Amino acid sequence: MSGIGISTRVNGVAWSGEVEPRLLLSDFLRSVVGLTGTHVGCEHGVCGACTVQLDGEPVRACLMFAVQIDGHEVTTVEGLAATTPGAEISVEQLHPVQQALHEAHGLQCGFCTPGILMTAEAFLRENPAPSREEIREAVSGHLCRCTGYHNIVEGVALAAERLAAGGRAADGKDEP
Amino acid sequence: MSRAGGTWVGARVPRNEDARLLTGRAQFVEDVEPPGALHVAFVRSDLPVGRLRGLDVESARAHPGVHAVFTADDLGPLLRPGAVLVPPPPLDGLVFHARTALPLVRDRIRHQGEALAMIVAESRYVAEDAAQLVEADIAPLDPVVDLGRALDDDAPRIHDDLPSNLAAHVRQTKGNYAAARARADLVLERRLSYDRGIGGAIENRAVVAEWDARADRLEVWDTTQAPIPVRNVVAAALGLSESQVRFIAPFVGGGFGPKIMFYAEEILVPWASIQLGRPVKWVEDRYENFFATTQERGQLHEAEIAVTREGRILGVRDIFIHDSGAYDPYGLTIPINTQCTLLGPYRVPNYESEFRVAFTNKPIVTPVRGAGRQHGVFIMERLLDLAARGLGLDPVEIRRRNVIGSDEFPYNHEIMYQDFAPLRYDSGSYEATLEEAVRLVAHETFPRERERTQADGRAVGVGVVNYVEGTGIGPYEGARITVEPGGTVRLATGVGTQGQGHFTSFAQIVADAIGVKPSDVRVVTGDTSDFHWGTGTFASRGAVVAGNAIHAAALSVREKILKQAAEALEVDPDDLELAEGTARVRGAPDLSVDLGALAVNANPLRGAVEPGTEPGLEATSYFGPPYGTTANGTHALVVAVDPETAMVEILRYIVVHDCGTVINPTIVEGQIHGGVAAGIGNAFYEELVFDEFGGTSNASFMDYLLPTSTDVPPIETAHLETPSTLNPLGTKGVGEGGAIPVAAAFAQAVEDALADIAPGLEVLDIPCSPGRLFELLRKLREASTQAGETA
Repeated sequence: MSGIGISTRVNGVAWSGEVEPRLLLSDFLRSVVGLTGTHVGCEHGVCGACTVQLDGEPVRACLMFAVQIDGHEVTTVEGLAATTPGAEISVEQLHPVQQALHEAHGLQCGFCTPGILMTAEAFLRENPAPSREEIREAVSGHLCRCTGYHNIVEGVALAAERLAAGGRAADGKDEP
Repeated sequence: MSRAGGTWVGARVPRNEDARLLTGRAQFVEDVEPPGALHVAFVRSDLPVGRLRGLDVESARAHPGVHAVFTADDLGPLLRPGAVLVPPPPLDGLVFHARTALPLVRDRIRHQGEALAMIVAESRYVAEDAAQLVEADIAPLDPVVDLGRALDDDAPRIHDDLPSNLAAHVRQTKGNYAAARARADLVLERRLSYDRGIGGAIENRAVVAEWDARADRLEVWDTTQAPIPVRNVVAAALGLSESQVRFIAPFVGGGFGPKIMFYAEEILVPWASIQLGRPVKWVEDRYENFFATTQERGQLHEAEIAVTREGRILGVRDIFIHDSGAYDPYGLTIPINTQCTLLGPYRVPNYESEFRVAFTNKPIVTPVRGAGRQHGVFIMERLLDLAARGLGLDPVEIRRRNVIGSDEFPYNHEIMYQDFAPLRYDSGSYEATLEEAVRLVAHETFPRERERTQADGRAVGVGVVNYVEGTGIGPYEGARITVEPGGTVRLATGVGTQGQGHFTSFAQIVADAIGVKPSDVRVVTGDTSDFHWGTGTFASRGAVVAGNAIHAAALSVREKILKQAAEALEVDPDDLELAEGTARVRGAPDLSVDLGALAVNANPLRGAVEPGTEPGLEATSYFGPPYGTTANGTHALVVAVDPETAMVEILRYIVVHDCGTVINPTIVEGQIHGGVAAGIGNAFYEELVFDEFGGTSNASFMDYLLPTSTDVPPIETAHLETPSTLNPLGTKGVGEGGAIPVAAAFAQAVEDALADIAPGLEVLDIPCSPGRLFELLRKLREASTQAGETA
């Protein structure tokens, strides 16, 4: 099958090359670019684990083809915080939404988490002071079997507070 | 987050593992892609029942990019039935027929999705292209779908060598039910059912295998909850020694039970890697997951309760059929859990319980979160509710009159549990959780709220139910703790982790023992090259069995540290304390030495290590409990029911529970939240719909409804701590309790809400979906209209 040339930016890094027309965006990110933080849970657009941002808007990477991102910019979970490749990541380096989910225990197995982060970050840009009801509505396109959603909602609410205050999270280190 | 005593156990420590998970760096099996890896797609039978007359794979083999297509004929000695992971306990009169599947179908297809062929290709895309080219000639056979008729004399036989579809028959009794019944003031009998569901981990299963021919070693990455037993089965099947095979279960995206099971893919993928001399990778897709991964539930009960007019239980009789699906590789764990957990926190002097396990042409049933306990709780709690109604008692009051008192432990129920030990409760707080839940839900004042809320057209009701959770069963787990020269502490244990927070709660146990921070403890779980003794993560046993092994190993390391430090500082070990990563003299903290320096001292390059001592600050310990420890709790919820549409909204959900010593309240609450959400799904939304041939009609997340954030309410929790008497930490398991009593609570609350509108309503079948509830209400209305006309 012959390829189609595309040029894109993924997490700010330019990528050009040929891809098969049928290659899913999720498989492109994971297998071609090597960014495995975007997870695949259902491949039919329901679970939301594969959510990434296309020009800042959340999309399901399993419902798009790689060729559709030609000329567009993709952000994945790896692009959310400015961390140094290879180095140990500290909580202080994380994006406020990541920090808030950590502090609120908004993740357990963590498999669905990257998608939720990409939705939550975009949601808080549009609605910086949401109610708990609005948060529940905003993340309702994501399935999570571990948390019962309670702490995800609390985490997003905490992130909203933090972002409004313009500050970073409190020190997340463990102190008895 | 300070706590009396300054200990880490009990503190709300944020999780060590989160940073990797939140940045997409945590490695899941699907993320492993060795250079040169080939990709697998399985050809699976769409027909649930049939005889495979022919399989034409030639076009698939010839397809460009395909490296191999394997069928049953290619497997040689691998073509034998899979392992029975858990044999049944030694019960008097037990009947048990073990039947397990072949890795690939040879002639008989017994459920939808059984694998016919394995395609190995350059990419998953090519492998799936080739899968479309395989032609299977299947002669359909008569299916067995309806559980209620699976054991009929004229039912088609699923395993030809058995006289019927009976897989097992077990009867356990206590006292004399018939005599108790004869003197009862009220006897009620009902038929109840609890249908099937899926585990629903968001990560599907995956296996990546790499055979290294030069080193004669096999490395397998696997989404398993039990890496060590699976490694042992795979090594035996492939004729390798256990030490030649390394299984790694890295971050696993949710377990919930089905990932405990042993699956054919776990042998076939490594075998293909050996055959082809290339790494081989298989990732299950969601559609496959609905058939190829095991499921739970499916029981029909005929239950009876005998009570006095004061509401005291004289006895219970329960006869049920359990649906095992086409095979029974996990033995009798689920129905025995049902049989035992039915007794719950109550005094039941006379009990007669009998179950039959039936083979059906449906996917295989093995434990899923709760593992049959919720069925037992549902039966008992429903019987109590009906008895209360019959006697004019409040549902809370009948429970008060029957719970085992705090002075009655250890309590012996006199029947055999799934861990081959008698069903004994070590400790518990049954009265206390009940009263606390009643207080939190304001049960005494509830009727006024009901009247008020009914003004908006919806009826409000309350439910309060109890449960026990048998947890922390044996046989054993182990742990090795090493203080490294840099001062970090390494902990390795054999259990796998699927989100339970082991990297943190296990670290807290170590931190308390040797005076470091939890973030200084690096936890390794689920890698057989790091630790190769143990069984796995199931039955809510990690914090109990692995936790206490870790505790024991940490205390041994503590002794070694104190001995080394006493020599280094030339003081008595009794004068030392361990804190802030150092050993220091009490009252003179300047006299101290770092653990890292002691680790160097303990592994000298010159000089002599005394005979009988070991180098390093390292210790390995094991823990095996005599029998499982029993956690308990009470759930209370408030629902609003629309009598026209039958939609139910949960307004409040309260969990008062007791899992003994709480290592990390935040993590425990997370386990409860997730359990309750799964329970809400089981009770109200999730139902596998089978057609008349045994095919699944709703095998996608569009049609099978997992609860979302708008379906699960905020959950209020309260912890009581009655330590287990069976282990030094006093811990009990908590992984399943959240899920266990939800359906029972839900049923009671819905009936309460509709008590005036539909007085005869009885919710006896789970899931009680909006559609099913609507039908129940419609039938009641019709019946009352007819009764009115007749009158």
